[in-house]
Amino acid sequence: MRWIWIDRFVEFVSRERASAVKNVTLAEDHLHDHFPGYPVMPASLVIEGMAQTAGLLVGEARGFAEKVILAKIRRAEFTEHAVPGDQLRYDAVIESLDDRAAVTFGTVYKNGALMGYVDLIFSHLDKAETPPDMPRENFVFTDQFIDLLAPFGIRRGTRTSDHG
Amino acid sequence: MVASRNEVFEKVRVVLTDALGVDEEEVRAESTLQRDLGAESIDFLDIVFRLEREFSIKIPKGELFPDDVLNNPDYVSGERMTATGLAKLRAAMPHADFSKFEKDPRVSEMPELFTVNTIVNYVESKLKAA
Repeated sequence: MRWIWIDRFVEFVSRERASAVKNVTLAEDHLHDHFPGYPVMPASLVIEGMAQTAGLLVGEARGFAEKVILAKIRRAEFTEHAVPGDQLRYDAVIESLDDRAAVTFGTVYKNGALMGYVDLIFSHLDKAETPPDMPRENFVFTDQFIDLLAPFGIRRGTRTSDHG
Repeated sequence: MVASRNEVFEKVRVVLTDALGVDEEEVRAESTLQRDLGAESIDFLDIVFRLEREFSIKIPKGELFPDDVLNNPDYVSGERMTATGLAKLRAAMPHADFSKFEKDPRVSEMPELFTVNTIVNYVESKLKAA
């Protein structure tokens, strides 16, 4: 399954901030059910878009070595709906990052105007903490996901200091 | 100037209100984080990050919530903490009130150590040391 809710990164500053855009389109099946006759992008997927933007930022900061798991939505506030034809921009900033976890602050814009805020906590699931029934490979950062960063010269195994 | 205990408490109250989504009135000095305020494990990390920001302090891993002692099976016998474990925990948490827990140190009662007061005591000690 392809679970990618951002279309393109437009800015990426390693260990600092990243911006990604998402074009909302009626080609997305779920919008026909949410809601029939009144398509609205579910707020949970707006949060997911920010989580992917911020999650890649956090993952790249540590060379995609760890599984970065969305652990907590600290804040999610939206003042408007996103509907087909809208372009969302997710601006994510790393507030703190250490061995345990990362905190990110996020601002969502719709067609250039402020639409809301999504602040998140990611936890680093290292090998020692990974339950035995979990896949050993890094299922969080698939190649398809990391390919989103190719325009910035970032690939799995790239030294993070090369593109800071 | 070092903040008064009341000032520290009010700030801690705001931190907990934001981190746990509870009402201000629910946050009392004696409230326990898990049982009274519904904190889950990731919330402890969130609280640590928010305290660091609010009070401009650095909280090393395990200092406020010493999970290395809490989760160490060597310090547990049956459903109780061993005397060694209790001593370690006391040393690791000088900011907690052990008067109730030490009488009946069942592992299931550990959440009683993590009260709003425990956090206020900890922050006060950090601010004094700064």
